Amino acid sequence: MIRITQELLNQIRAHGVRDYPYECCGLLLGRYGADGKVVKETYPISNAREESAKRNRFLIEPHELLRGERYARNNDLEVVGFYHSHPDSPAVPSQYDLEHAWPTYSYIIVSTSAEQASDLFSWEQEPDRSRFNQEEIQCQ
Amino acid sequence: MPVTISIPAPLRQFAAGQSQIVVEAKTAGEALDQLTSTHSALRRHLFNDQNTLRNFVNVYLNDEDIRHASGPDTPVKDGDTLMIVPSIAGGAVIESEVGQSLPELSNEEILRYSRHLIMPEVGMQGQRRLKAASVLMIGTGGLGAPLGMYLAAAGVGRIGIVDFDVVEESNLQRQIIHGTKDLGRRKIESARDRLRDINPHIEIETHESRLTSHNAMRLFRNYDIVVDGTDNFPTRYLVNDACVLSGKPNVYGSIFRFEGQASVFWAEKGACYRCLYPEPPPPGLVPSCAEGGVLGVLPGIVGAIQANETIKIILGAEDLLINRLLLFDAWTMKFREFKLRKDPKCPVCGEQPTIKELIDYEEFCGMAAHQAPQPDAKLEEISATELNARRLRGERIQIIDVREPHEFEIARIPGTKLIPLGHVVSRMNEIDPEVETIVHCKAGVRSAKAIQALKRAGFQGRLINLKGGITAWSEDVDPRVAKY
Repeated sequence: MIRITQELLNQIRAHGVRDYPYECCGLLLGRYGADGKVVKETYPISNAREESAKRNRFLIEPHELLRGERYARNNDLEVVGFYHSHPDSPAVPSQYDLEHAWPTYSYIIVSTSAEQASDLFSWEQEPDRSRFNQEEIQCQ
Repeated sequence: MPVTISIPAPLRQFAAGQSQIVVEAKTAGEALDQLTSTHSALRRHLFNDQNTLRNFVNVYLNDEDIRHASGPDTPVKDGDTLMIVPSIAGGAVIESEVGQSLPELSNEEILRYSRHLIMPEVGMQGQRRLKAASVLMIGTGGLGAPLGMYLAAAGVGRIGIVDFDVVEESNLQRQIIHGTKDLGRRKIESARDRLRDINPHIEIETHESRLTSHNAMRLFRNYDIVVDGTDNFPTRYLVNDACVLSGKPNVYGSIFRFEGQASVFWAEKGACYRCLYPEPPPPGLVPSCAEGGVLGVLPGIVGAIQANETIKIILGAEDLLINRLLLFDAWTMKFREFKLRKDPKCPVCGEQPTIKELIDYEEFCGMAAHQAPQPDAKLEEISATELNARRLRGERIQIIDVREPHEFEIARIPGTKLIPLGHVVSRMNEIDPEVETIVHCKAGVRSAKAIQALKRAGFQGRLINLKGGITAWSEDVDPRVAKY
């Protein structure tokens, strides 16, 4: 389960619409707890990047993640997951997403169009890497 | 050497909840092996089935990516810290390409591709990608010949061929996919047989048609990559636009006499052909290979470069010819390279594209007007048969050949005077204005220009263009005159 405020969810949706038709992406910063994760902040990545970087295979490069982790540490937070948008496609992870993920992290995917963000789901990888399970979002 | 490995939060559950683990190792690879032998559940999240690091898993040694050092062999020393950092994937675009599981290789295929397989840049994974890939070749001419043969040999799983021509004698000087026994056969059939002979493990799909605005999108949809081996501007713009609109990479090559060009136009990643050449040249300005000639080995070199780049795209290599225009001069044996930039104002791949569907490319390139008979009645024409009849009747006419001297050496119509197009105006006084003048070249284009130039220069006599040039003469009047 992942807990997140309505305001942060709205930020993610707005970011997705802003970056349409490209995919947006960012980090979810918060804490791991006994009863799941709680998101305290989002850390947008894609809109801070050069046009050329949008063409990379990976939405978030390791050095960007490292910078985000440093920022999180300084604010007594941890990276608990990531969000990205699927322009004009459903908010479900692809096989490609599955092969490039780790368990425990939350992967929030939001489906976007030029006008609006529609579905938003969170996904967690099965520990044996076989599939993604939809994760309950508890909106606070 | 004791080195510390810091475990990212999501993987700690597979490492007994520890955030840092100290291991003894001499290299980064050894450290990871130590780590995963103690905590075996970690291994599958870091390594793939081939026992190499998963491509989204990055290992940093004191802030430096070990891929930029010596990879797993990067030495570690006492007190070093290794960090494991993922890259985060996305990309609804590439999911279709990568998402499917790759096909397996048979033992026969493993043997066949062994020189690929032993290079880590290709390996089993890369060869399976090649097998899963599909490439559409436009044309099986000079460029398509080596291209198709190398793609087939490399094991590209599905190759589509588009052509509508038949094999002619004058093709064989460079189109090595066809042979003498194929003369008169349809090119797609001849090419298919040759490719099947090279590699029976791949699929060949033939499309016998001219590529048009009506069929391009439908054809392109079924392939990962399109390779342009055409020799004319309308098709080149058509291939470019259809690739941009369907999001496919366009591996480009072109040749003329001794000079070749190659690039990869991939709008998602860089410039497209229109960013480089927004407008086609005026019709007739750039002669085709049929008019200008081409060194036979040149398309061999350029087509092989196209094959090389196509294979690199499939393998996911970096340093493609994206945003780079490679120029090759076979006569001076020099390669040069120009940087290309995506044009934000490009009408098809720019920020505000005006071309959102395929257009009429013949018209765009001014060819329709060029090829149709001139409504301008001023250009008088005569057919080869008619000209022959008039000569046999003993009519008083003069024939001016405006081709180049080396063409005159290959073949000539008897009793003609040679004045190359470039000299026709300055040597105008050698043409008798009192006698009817027939002007000819190889196919009728240059002679029409010569007539225009002479008229503009004030030539008063009657000028008549020989339709179809010396080629028509050879076909319709005298087959002893060589065609070239």
